[in-house]
Amino acid sequence: MENCKKTPLFNAHQRSEGKVIDFAGWALPVQYEGIIPEHEAVRNNAGIFDVSHMGEVEVKGPQAFDFVQNLVTNDISTMQDGQVMYALMCYPDGGTVDDLLVYKFNSEFFYLVINASNVDKDYQWMLDNKNNYNVDLKNVSDEVAEVALQGPKAQEILQKLTDTNLDDIKFFYNQRDVMVAGVKCLISRTGYTGEDGFEIYAANQDIETVWDELLAAGKDLGLKPTGLGCRDTLRFEATLPLYGNEISKDVSPLEAGLGMFVKLNKENFIGKNALVKQKEEGLKRKTVGFELLDKGIPRHGYEVMADGKVIGVVTTGYMAPTVKKSIGLALIDAAYAELETPLEIIIRNKPLKAKVISKKFLNKNYKK
Amino acid sequence: MNLLNDLLYTKNHEWIKVEGEKAYIGITDYAQHALGDIVFVELSEVDTELSAGDSFGAIESVKAASDSYLPVSGTIVEVNEAVIDDPSLLNQDAYANWMVAITLSNKSELDELLTAEQYEAHCK
Repeated sequence: MENCKKTPLFNAHQRSEGKVIDFAGWALPVQYEGIIPEHEAVRNNAGIFDVSHMGEVEVKGPQAFDFVQNLVTNDISTMQDGQVMYALMCYPDGGTVDDLLVYKFNSEFFYLVINASNVDKDYQWMLDNKNNYNVDLKNVSDEVAEVALQGPKAQEILQKLTDTNLDDIKFFYNQRDVMVAGVKCLISRTGYTGEDGFEIYAANQDIETVWDELLAAGKDLGLKPTGLGCRDTLRFEATLPLYGNEISKDVSPLEAGLGMFVKLNKENFIGKNALVKQKEEGLKRKTVGFELLDKGIPRHGYEVMADGKVIGVVTTGYMAPTVKKSIGLALIDAAYAELETPLEIIIRNKPLKAKVISKKFLNKNYKK
Repeated sequence: MNLLNDLLYTKNHEWIKVEGEKAYIGITDYAQHALGDIVFVELSEVDTELSAGDSFGAIESVKAASDSYLPVSGTIVEVNEAVIDDPSLLNQDAYANWMVAITLSNKSELDELLTAEQYEAHCK
């Protein structure tokens, strides 16, 4: 743990008695009070996450739009200034480099938010694909800190600390230079929990003020500091993918069920040819939801069987705290992807009964 | 750290309470705290014969699954259905809620286990 990087909120986590673990080389709290109470706080009231480990890359220049449009799978030509879009970066073979949020400030200035574990790889990938585009790329990950305020009471809490009318920031929009508790922030109505909420970016030296003031403002509204443990259970119930689980260099966005973020009709982007071919030939693997019918808990990496043979693997599974069922996502042979198809999940060498269910585990509570 | 002096302990954070030829086995307060919210318990069936070090079940928190190992050899004579029905009992009181009871097949193995004092030192 001594070798881990510390976020600017490390001392704040110690004050809140967070249980700190090594996450992708960062010392971050997996939980404070407990994963279940924190999960419930986000679903019912609000939670605040330190996500300062996330990476941020600025893309500036006359061809910023063209560069990003070539880099990602989604079609950013539909974006207005101040919008945010979810997208993926792919390799030429269709495998996934990473998923990311694309912030459009204007057509010559984009801001890309990438996964902590992939920052170096992603930034190198961007540099490798800069080609002749007239853009400047700057990895500002080490200068920017971020907190995510998530839950049905997120707006009420944040509004106490800012004069900006938060009703003006719609779902998947952003605003720069918003003053929060006297600190200049970039704010977007985005998140990774399936709830309404905001992601708030500020300079390293200012983020602790934002964190402390938010916690104080939300104290009487049920706001809790929330750790990586419930971040994963929350995003899983909302069927939001995690790099390394649902997507990876060996799994394409189409196989992961993220086709709506892959615009194959757009002119060109890295990986397009392979993804077009995958779609035309029909997917050999699909990501499905499943419910365990026998007693047990499915986990990432467990084998999935049907007809006496291994047909895939569990990508994420939990005893889901809100859904209150043992459910999972699995990447399996597409022949078994129909709803209600019987499966077996191998848990401690025993095959347990499961069936394919809809991936819509939860009704998301977004404020659109 | 919460400890009971009349129990024996293992380095794997199980406790054992000996009553004649019979022994009750559970996990320590340190273990339940380290695991966090326990949401699932699976135990071997009655009449299963196990050697010291064999897994007699699994405890799962929200985040992870971990096996529980028998500190000494024996045959399972009872399983505590209460902790299967409500795994959070282990979080509430790890010593009041045993997991399995066994008949001891080799009492001399008890000599290898830790006293409360030794276990406390191990956890530091």
